[in-house]
Parts: sequence; C-alpha cells; structure tokens
Amino acid sequence: MKTLAERLASKKPAWPVAVVRSLLPVLVGFGIAFLLQAVVVPAIGPFYGKLLMDCGITIVLAVSLNMVNGFAGQFSIGHAGFMAIGGYLAAALTFYLSYQYWGSAEVHGGFLGSGDMLFVAACLAGGLLAAGAGFLVGLPSLRLRGDYLAIVTLGFGEIVRVFLQNTDNVVRKPDKIAAALEEGGVVSLLDNLGGSLGFHGVPKYSTVFWVYVFVALVLITSYRLKSSHQGRALLAVRENEIAAEAIGVNTTRAKVSAFVLSAFFAGVGGALFAHQLGTTINPGELGFAKSIDIVIIVVLGGMGSISGAALAAVFLTILPEVLREFAEYRMIVYALLLIGVMILRPKGLFGI
Amino acid sequence: VTKLLQTLSDSIAVGSLYALIALGYTLVYGVLRFINFAHSDVFMTGAWVSFVAASGFGWASADAPFWAVFAVLIVAMVACGVLGFTIERLAYRPLRKAPRLNVLITAIGVSLFLQNVGQLQGVFGTQPMRMPSLVEDRTLMTLGGVDIKMVDVMVVVLAVVLVGLLQWLVYRTRLGRAMRAVSYDERSAALMGVNVDMVISVCFVIGSALAAAAGLLYALKYPGLNQPAHATWVLLGLKAFVAAVVGGIGNVRGALVGALLIAFIEQFGVQYLSPEYRDVYVFAVLIAVLLLRPSGLMGRVTVEKV
Repeated sequence: MKTLAERLASKKPAWPVAVVRSLLPVLVGFGIAFLLQAVVVPAIGPFYGKLLMDCGITIVLAVSLNMVNGFAGQFSIGHAGFMAIGGYLAAALTFYLSYQYWGSAEVHGGFLGSGDMLFVAACLAGGLLAAGAGFLVGLPSLRLRGDYLAIVTLGFGEIVRVFLQNTDNVVRKPDKIAAALEEGGVVSLLDNLGGSLGFHGVPKYSTVFWVYVFVALVLITSYRLKSSHQGRALLAVRENEIAAEAIGVNTTRAKVSAFVLSAFFAGVGGALFAHQLGTTINPGELGFAKSIDIVIIVVLGGMGSISGAALAAVFLTILPEVLREFAEYRMIVYALLLIGVMILRPKGLFGI
Repeated sequence: VTKLLQTLSDSIAVGSLYALIALGYTLVYGVLRFINFAHSDVFMTGAWVSFVAASGFGWASADAPFWAVFAVLIVAMVACGVLGFTIERLAYRPLRKAPRLNVLITAIGVSLFLQNVGQLQGVFGTQPMRMPSLVEDRTLMTLGGVDIKMVDVMVVVLAVVLVGLLQWLVYRTRLGRAMRAVSYDERSAALMGVNVDMVISVCFVIGSALAAAAGLLYALKYPGLNQPAHATWVLLGLKAFVAAVVGGIGNVRGALVGALLIAFIEQFGVQYLSPEYRDVYVFAVLIAVLLLRPSGLMGRVTVEKV
C-alpha cells in the first residue's frame, strides 16, 4: 500500500516535461502577440491598431485590479495611482536614458532592438516601484475593512496625483540632461516629470506586440494564481475573513501579496499607456475617474471572473467609440447603461 | 497675528460648507451603509440651480433685495430635494438587497449621468459662469485687522442654522428617532413599525437639500462656477466625504467636527506650508485618522463577531 504522497509523486511528470508544460501558455501567448502585430495590425490600419492596443492595456489594468477586488474581495479604488507610479517611472527612464545613450528621445533600434530592451526594462522597473507602493497600501488592509479601505486607496491615488502635479518641467536640453545624469544619475531627474501639464515626448515604444505580451503574462498569472494555494487563500479571505483565519490562512500575507501583485501589473499597464502613440501621460488623466473606470470594468465583468474582466475591458473600450455618433449624449447613454446593468444583471454582464 | 486670524476665519467658513455637504454623505451612509458618490453632483446641481434661479429672477446685478438669497435658497433646496428623492427611488431602491459594490457602481453611474446631463446645451451648458452676487460685498467689521465679510458671515450663519435644525430633527423628533432606529438595525426597525422606505427617502431629500444649500453658499463665496463635469466639484465632494469619514461616518456631530478639522488643516496647510499640496494634507489626515481610529473620531466602534 502506497501512501498518498508516493502516489502523487508517481503521477508527477519529469522536470523537463514540467518546465515545457508550464512555459507552453507563455510561448503561445507571445506567439499570438507576434501574430497580432505582424498580421492583424497591417490589415486593420493604424486607427484600429490603436484601438487594439487600448483594449490590451485596459485588459492588463482590469485583470490586475480583479486580483484585489475580485479574488481577495478588498475594495480598491486607487488603481490609477499605481498606474501613474509605474507609468511615470517608466516614462522618465526611457526618456532620460534615451538621451544618455542615443542623444535623443526618438524610438531607437528596430523590433527587439536596444530601444525595445530599454522599454521593457523600464516597464518592469515601473511595475516594481508600483508593487512597492502596493505593499504600502496593502498594509492598512490589516486594520481596515470594506469601505474604509476603499477610502484609503482613494486617498492614496489622490496623493500620488497631487505629487505628480507638482513636479518640475521636463528637462529637454540634451546638454542639461547629460549634466544632470553626470551629477546624480537618473534619480536626480525624477522630479522633472512635467507637472500638471503632463510628460510630453515620451518615446512611443508601445506596440501591439508588447502590449499583448503583457496581456498574456497578466492573464496567465491570474489564472495560475486562481487555482494555486495562494489564490484559494485569497478567495477564502473574500468569502469570510474570520473563517479563513480560523482554518489557518495567513490573511495578512494573502491580502498584502494580492495588493503587491495587482499593483505590479497596474504599474506595467501604466508604463504601456505612457509609451503609447498619441497620448501624453498626465496626472489629471490618471486620477480618481480613471480608477473608477477600471472598477466599473471589473464589476461589469463579474467580480472574480478573469475572462469577464478581460471581455468587459474590450467591451468598454470599444463602446465609447460606437457611441461616438451620439456626441454629447454618449456619456449619458453610458451612465444609463451602467445603472441599467447593475439593476438588471447584478452579477455583471459576463458573470454567472 | 492678522494672518492667523484670517486663516482662522477662512477655515470656519470653508468648514461650514464642508459640513453641509458632509451631512448628506453621513445621513445616507447612516441608513444605507453605502457611499453616495452622486452626492457631489447633487451639490454641483444645487450651485447651478442657484445660478439659474438668481439670473432667472433678474438679480444679475447687485440690486438684489435682501430676501433674494432666501428665495434662491428655497428654490435650490426644493429642486435638489426632488432630485435626491428621484435618484433614490429610481436608481438605489431596486438595489436595496444587492451587494454594496453594485450600489456603489450605480452611484457612480448616477454621478456620470448628472454631470453629463448638466453639460447639455439646454441644461447648464459647458461654459463656466459667474454667479451674480446676491449679497452686498460689504465688510461688516474689522477684527484684529481681519475683514469679516458679509458673505462669510452669511455662510456660517446659514450653515449653523441648518445644522441646528438637522440636529433637532434627528435627536428630538419622532422622525429622527425612526432614522436612528433604521441606522441601528434596519430589520428590527421595520418590525417595530418604522416605515423604512420612507425614512430612507427622507434622508436622501434632507441630504440633497443641505447639499443644495451648500451649493448656493459656495456659489456666493466663490462666484466663478465651473462647468458641471469639472473635476473641482468631484474634489469638493471628496473632501466633504473625507470630513464625514474623519468625524465618524453615520454620525451627525462627527460630520461637523470632521468638516471643521479638515478645513482647518487644509487652510493652515495652504497658508503656512505650501498651497500646491492642499489636497495632500486632507488625504494624509484621512489616512492617519483611519489608521489610528478605523471608525473615525466620533464613530461607533463595532466589534466583528463570528
């Protein structure tokens, strides 16, 4: 008679198989991203290409917020704050480092070239800084529940916005940038983020490929999290915090790690947003209203449903474009739709 | 010293405004346990209705009779009271049993709706407007070098009167007792024969009417009215909401204390530290208070039971 552990061990695949299996979805995701860039974008033209990119960025933001709001049941309405932190750090890094390495803020190098590498590194750095902020915001969740936590996240988002509005103008003279870099490195330039007018002239590195690479990563992370033991712990916290604690879930750890992970991807989403063609990253745009937009997506998608969040992200990105013909009435129609859905389909459009 | 006194008098005026708005948040939270995000837009509507009423009566210049303010006040309060009643009836009542997040999203929907209806050409339009001055721009007296303006006195007096009335209503009347009962335990209150739906409606009407009063007073103090969907309205609403939370949401006196505290910190921060970070002081106080006393300064401490 074998023990359970032994039987489980015998079912376990050899490690090379395991590695390939776990990498497979990531590779497939990257492949799809590449196909979208290489085949779909030339076919649909720049306007729809931009829309496709917007959809992807919104998916990253919504799916990441879903980790906190949907899985852990901790209501956060400061997601745009994390987005702003990640976006601004990444923008500053690519902008100023481009000057340092290549003397201008133009897009440098081709596909997967050195410029792209700098961009990806900046995205990850932005994500990490946002994750650090997520840790700080997650800590109060030890003491606060429900609405009160929501208010703290709101306060956090507003504070981030005000600080960004009070940064100095972007340094644009190459010699000044060089001098500042010489003197104190990139850190000394991090106060020059453009203030309330926003950070103009960030190199436009975001492409459909990179956006969907991160979409793939956030989706895979999210699905894996949901069926892992950490994810189950989060769901337990959502359903009943006291019961979860009683059966041995470290609720503190679960909640804070949900915040950290969610903030990381929000930061990456902000970085992608900042490097997009036709946008200027500016603090007013990344305020309370943006946070609310993302919350709306998650709720419409059905709390805790990953596919729901992703579909609702696409739906709500395209909807304003469709409603464009209503001109001044479009926000009214949008508001009425929102109220109607909440009354008629309380579980969200795509919820069960 | 003059600067200190000036800041002090400013804080009291601003604090009274915040208090009037905060009471709306607190009343609704008290009975329904949800954050009425549409409240800042009711406040905005109040300010704009006052503007429309004041210009409609032809008091665009300074020759307004002394009762003009009260006429406009009543128009604005009635209009917003009706608005509040309608919002509750159509948007929130169908969701009474739904998860709170849904109600919150609905509130955001209502907020967007009010903002954008306000922006329509036939309603308030998309242009910022200048509120006619219904109150004479006169300095009543000078105290230690500080000019006490007629407008400020008006703001404070009206606010004190309205808050006093509310205090009396909540703690001294049958209706007030019903409100407190619903806030304490909705189901038991219903079993004891309290008409819960009616009480909730009344709370919305009163809260909205107070917001309208605040809207008018705000428009008198700061005559440059921003267009309905402008971010300043939302920010003012948020600050009043912060005041309600800091004082202990669901508590009438707490809203008052919180509003004054927030106004003091904001005004003193602006005068003595730096004006750019005014919003930071407010939200930093919020976070600090919530961390130290999670249910606000005067809130009920609830112990969660299994």
